[in-house]
Amino acid sequence: MSGIVERGAAEIAREVNGGTISAIEVTEAALAQVDAVEARTGAFLTVLHELARKVAAGVDARVRGGERLPLAGVPLAVKDNMCLTGTRTTCGSKILEHWVAPYTATAVARMLAAGCVPIGKTNLDEFAMGSSCENSALGITRNPYDLERVPGGSSGGSAAAVAARETALALGSDTGGSIREPGAFCNLIGFKPTYGRVSRYGLIAFASSLDQIGPLARTVEDAALAYEAMSGHDPMDATSIDRPVEPAVTALREDLRGLRVGIVREFDTEKLGTELDAAYRRAYAELEKLGARMVDVSLPTADYGLATYYLIAPAECSSNLSRFDGVRYGLRVDAPDVQAMYERTRAAGFGPEVKRRILIGTHALSSGYYDAYYVRAQKARTLIARDFENAFADCDLIASPAASCPAFRFNAKSDPYSMYLMDYYTIPMSLAGLPALSVPCGWITPAGGTNPMPLGLQLCAPLFGEPLLLGAAHAYERATMYASRHAPQLGGEVRA
Amino acid sequence: MTQQYEAVIGIECHVELKTETKMFCGCPNEFGGEPNTKVCPVCLGLPGALPVPNARAIEHMLRAGLAFGAEIPAFSKFDRKNYFYPDMPKDYQISQYDMPLTIGGSVTYWLEDGEMRTCRLTRIHLEEDTGKSTHAGSGDGRIAGSDYSLVDFNRAGVPLMECVSEPDLRSAQEAVGYLESLRLTLLQLGVSDVRMEEGSLRCDANVSIRPAGSSQLGTKTEIKNMNSFRSVQRAIDSEIERQIGMVEAGERIVQETRGWDEVRGVTHPMRSKEQAHDYRYFPDPDLVPLEPATEAGLAEVRGSIPELPWQRFERFTAQYGIAPKPAAQLVGNPQLAAYFDRVATITGRPQASANLVLGDLSRLANETGVAVSESPATADFTAELVHLLEGRTINSKIGKDLLERMWRGEGSPRAIVEREGLAQTSDPDAIEAFVDAALAAHPQVAADFRAGKTNVAGFLVGQIMKASGGKADPALVKELLQKKLAAPS
Repeated sequence: MSGIVERGAAEIAREVNGGTISAIEVTEAALAQVDAVEARTGAFLTVLHELARKVAAGVDARVRGGERLPLAGVPLAVKDNMCLTGTRTTCGSKILEHWVAPYTATAVARMLAAGCVPIGKTNLDEFAMGSSCENSALGITRNPYDLERVPGGSSGGSAAAVAARETALALGSDTGGSIREPGAFCNLIGFKPTYGRVSRYGLIAFASSLDQIGPLARTVEDAALAYEAMSGHDPMDATSIDRPVEPAVTALREDLRGLRVGIVREFDTEKLGTELDAAYRRAYAELEKLGARMVDVSLPTADYGLATYYLIAPAECSSNLSRFDGVRYGLRVDAPDVQAMYERTRAAGFGPEVKRRILIGTHALSSGYYDAYYVRAQKARTLIARDFENAFADCDLIASPAASCPAFRFNAKSDPYSMYLMDYYTIPMSLAGLPALSVPCGWITPAGGTNPMPLGLQLCAPLFGEPLLLGAAHAYERATMYASRHAPQLGGEVRA
Repeated sequence: MTQQYEAVIGIECHVELKTETKMFCGCPNEFGGEPNTKVCPVCLGLPGALPVPNARAIEHMLRAGLAFGAEIPAFSKFDRKNYFYPDMPKDYQISQYDMPLTIGGSVTYWLEDGEMRTCRLTRIHLEEDTGKSTHAGSGDGRIAGSDYSLVDFNRAGVPLMECVSEPDLRSAQEAVGYLESLRLTLLQLGVSDVRMEEGSLRCDANVSIRPAGSSQLGTKTEIKNMNSFRSVQRAIDSEIERQIGMVEAGERIVQETRGWDEVRGVTHPMRSKEQAHDYRYFPDPDLVPLEPATEAGLAEVRGSIPELPWQRFERFTAQYGIAPKPAAQLVGNPQLAAYFDRVATITGRPQASANLVLGDLSRLANETGVAVSESPATADFTAELVHLLEGRTINSKIGKDLLERMWRGEGSPRAIVEREGLAQTSDPDAIEAFVDAALAAHPQVAADFRAGKTNVAGFLVGQIMKASGGKADPALVKELLQKKLAAPS
């Protein structure tokens, strides 16, 4: 059965719809893989054995009944900040460690309606705040390509699950790079759609104006299938966009002829070191070889992205996380009065990074500081979005590194700022609400490391440019085949 | 209040809007019910749940705003007001900070003597209501000394309009006049039930005093916990008195929030300005900016606004000549006022119509528990009755009887009168025959009268009326009887 877990979503759906394999068989293979590797990857916070089997049986019944489902029987991992009825939904936090969701997030429901089988809920940096998964209060997730290294974050568990072949697809959420960076670290397609394309209903908010759900997959085609299944207007989310979703799977292409790809002048890869610089120059050359015309573009305000992001996101999170107060659900630490109960509950329930961001955000919104911090950050955000608009006047796509280095060792980024810098290349797109993805673009063996680690190329399109974005990534993936050059290092169970 | 001081009062009202569903979710917007039965992930503020605005509530806001002559800006937005409170599910309230749905406007109201006044509005904005806490074990329902608290979220997320007035009011009486006009207008517009006892209308008053004639504002206090218009009146009067007492004693008034104690009849300090929250307002990122309505949409809403209570009051008093008190009574009940208006229009006799509507008809409504406007005694039937009475076709006794029969559903009073020959007998010859017969039947009574016992005349009138089947014109009966008795027998 070990061959089954190597298959991608498109292939599984084809076979399950065609009756050559059942959703139950696929699910059992996925659960067996989870049992075999989970002790090393730590991708999941909850494995849903029973629910997976029940849902798989339902998919088989639907297929037997004549239905053809775009993701029939595809094992799915769900980041544990998305609600799924009856399952524990923790956000990787002690404050929600035992909270069971009484409803299902729209994106999750749509994936299930398309035939996906939920295998489990995956680890994340607490409340999606982090870039390595090390901020989870509930477990350690390891990079399947080197167990000494982080899987990236915050959707690290989702990335590790797909990389370790525990599932074919995963849902992640991206606020400043939280799908794209772990995608790059784990040799995957990590895709953040246009803000508003995928409903946030049931996604536990970190920063509402930035959060966006998207897929992690081993192929662009799989990511496109997942995108088509989950996107589209949702009346439960006032920020979801009521505009038809253009098909992505049929837009997949084999070359980049006629496309102009912008290289951002300010994203100078030389400062990343000679090896990474060479890797990205080669990636850009490969784009050109596929027929793209490379153009020099400028994002003059992109350098303010990090500062802007670290005002807006904490401001929103300081308000979004207020509800975790011990009154209605989640952790409560008793105290003689309600004020003391709030304080003790939140002191015990939140980890250091979450507290740091709540404090920054509370300060940024405070009377007397609001104009200097929050309002200025919003203005900067508008300027950054305008820079992209100007750049897209000269190009169809923008290419850049997805992260400033490959997956690093645990505890390597001990000061918060060096961790924040991980999202330097991904944050501007988030602030502008643009669709962007990371696609594998090479391997590098870091100094002191033994295993080659994957690198990710970030591609970004104008708003609603998903078909073009996925189409171009598909051409690059097909032409380079970087993803398949090395296998996860998990021991005998996993076949290369 | 002494001559030297003038009170300056502004009122903030919270009004629950009448909608099918809550402000940001599909839960029913209904008062009461078993605790926590009208809730969902959104109004409980569960992790991941998102708000979606209720279009009907926004329509209500525009209706109210336009009725008060407010400006409706092209853009509006929702903001978060952040503070921790156990009955507030998200620990922030979705409200509006610097871009409310309506700006300015005014409320026109009347005083007891019929004088019209105007109070400007600062703004009306839209927000969501909180849940309700119950504190158990303290004996008096207060949090102090309680063992535990229970929270009911049925009310959480109910659409709430906050209506802020300018400090244009100068007395408790004006404040109550303002509130009454505001309440009746919102009722008339159908945007709220405005029931103070159910909490769908709640108000706070900002009160300060200053030397009469001064244009500077004194330090204000905010008065809360007023549960009826009567307590608004009492609380403001008490607070004005307290502030004057302090100033006279050379003390400074502190800016603070004070609670009204209904039992003791005084206000007491709740929190000072220093203890006020920093609400950290910022635009709610879960909601997109609002473009409330197009010009055409606004014109449509404007066109659908009926005559407002204050306009009606002015018309009833000025045009119909109804006294302020009955006019206020009529305006206070929109259905009754409309009913009266129709009767008065048909008959052209507003005073008689008002007497009938506020008198016998309202009495019947009270006795039977059926609203006048809902009763079988339609305005058209009542207008017939007014005609019959005013034209002296029937007398008032038959009139009362006919009203009862209309109320019971017997239909047109004119038809009854015609069918049963109830028209008043005004023929002097016929009445004279009844008078003669009565005097002949009771010679002793007639003699008593002539001997000076004039109070027996009533008995004779009764006998004559009875003999006529109640139809004799009582005025004519009296006149003829007097004549006969005065004449020598």
